[in-house]
Amino acid sequence: MEFIRAFIVGGLICVVGQVLIDLTKLTPARIMVLFVVAGVILGALGIYPMLVEWGGAGATVPIIGFGNTLAKGVIEDVDQKGILGAFSGGVKAGAVGIAAAVFFGYIMAVVSKPKIKNKT
Amino acid sequence: MGTRLGKHTVRLDSKPVIQSWAAIVGLKEGHGPLSNYFDEIIEDEYFGEESFEKGESKFLRETFNKILSKGEVSAGDIQYIFAGDLLNQCIAASFGIRETEIPFFGLYGACSTMAESLSLGSFMVEGGFAERAVCITSSHFCSAEKQFRFPLEFGNQRTPTSQWTVTGSGGVMVGKAGDGPRVTHVTTGKIVDMGINDANDMGAAMAPAACDTITVHFRETNLPFDYYDLIVTGDLGSQGKSICSQLLEENGITVKDFYNDCGVMIYDSQKQKTDCGGSGCACSATVLGGYLLEKLSKRELNKILFVATGALHSPLSLEQGETIPAIAHAVSIEMV
Repeated sequence: MEFIRAFIVGGLICVVGQVLIDLTKLTPARIMVLFVVAGVILGALGIYPMLVEWGGAGATVPIIGFGNTLAKGVIEDVDQKGILGAFSGGVKAGAVGIAAAVFFGYIMAVVSKPKIKNKT
Repeated sequence: MGTRLGKHTVRLDSKPVIQSWAAIVGLKEGHGPLSNYFDEIIEDEYFGEESFEKGESKFLRETFNKILSKGEVSAGDIQYIFAGDLLNQCIAASFGIRETEIPFFGLYGACSTMAESLSLGSFMVEGGFAERAVCITSSHFCSAEKQFRFPLEFGNQRTPTSQWTVTGSGGVMVGKAGDGPRVTHVTTGKIVDMGINDANDMGAAMAPAACDTITVHFRETNLPFDYYDLIVTGDLGSQGKSICSQLLEENGITVKDFYNDCGVMIYDSQKQKTDCGGSGCACSATVLGGYLLEKLSKRELNKILFVATGALHSPLSLEQGETIPAIAHAVSIEMV
């Protein structure tokens, strides 16, 4: 059951992205930024954590989940150290994701060579 | 000596001859409907080099060598090279031909480069400044994605109006004598900017420029609209092609049955998932240097109007919110 819920939430998030690509003139980079910002706002309003509760990885793995993590980190750090937490909390909460992205991105760049996906 | 017919058009009275031509393409183009017409189909997108940019230079270099060998001349017989491409500072062309030791004019006309170089090469021959000139250009899907959109490593999603940059190089050698197809008129386009700023919809940005140049060509030459067996635009793609024929119709020029677009011809867009079709300098250049000149020399076509189209923006200008200026140059090629 958990798998199906993750599938539904993750799938719906991707549908929103696909609709934006097909029907608007937004570039993929802008769509990505939009998703992160939307995640921050939904996270701050307490809406996204409910999605995470219900959909699990379906909600945390897409980039919008990263926005939610930033918001969550900021809220926690502000509680502990006041307004300075607004600057430290997000980066701290996202540290694992950011460092892993840089690390694995580097490893993959070293071991692989870009090629055309759809060759014929 | 040539005769000026109007603001944009000159008639080349000596009718410079296209003495030889060649086109080398990548695998995707080699799987398209025109595959039998290309000189070589290269499976490896790196062409044995270590970067896409070096690979693109090799496409251009090999095509240049092919033009020379097909024309049975050596590098010393060529007085000028006119070449350009899509990369910053046109490195595919300058690195591709740096060992040739032939006087070189580097051009940037975006995807209109084939018609631009052919125009200038023909002027050189017409003016008596050159016995032979080579006009050549290249583009490469992988290097163009990096240059204009995102590097392939980014894994960018394609939009439905986007086109597929042709990997390959095409070119011609134009000279004084011979019995090949001849360049009879050149109509040089002006910049047309209709205010479009969607980089994924180049066809719509370039169609008005193509329409403008074709309209001016017929007005200044006084030729009947059905004079040509084929009017072929460079790389408008399916969407741009239909916009262009609609705009021509509005100008009173009906060309439906003998109008086509290289971007539409080069791929089977359904089967090959190229969305709106092909684009890039090599799109019109490989269709010209592969298919069109072959058809002309066999007299399956007798007169064509080759109208290569280019979008003259840069990634920077787009980021600064500028619209896309477009241009189209027309060259009449006829069997006399």
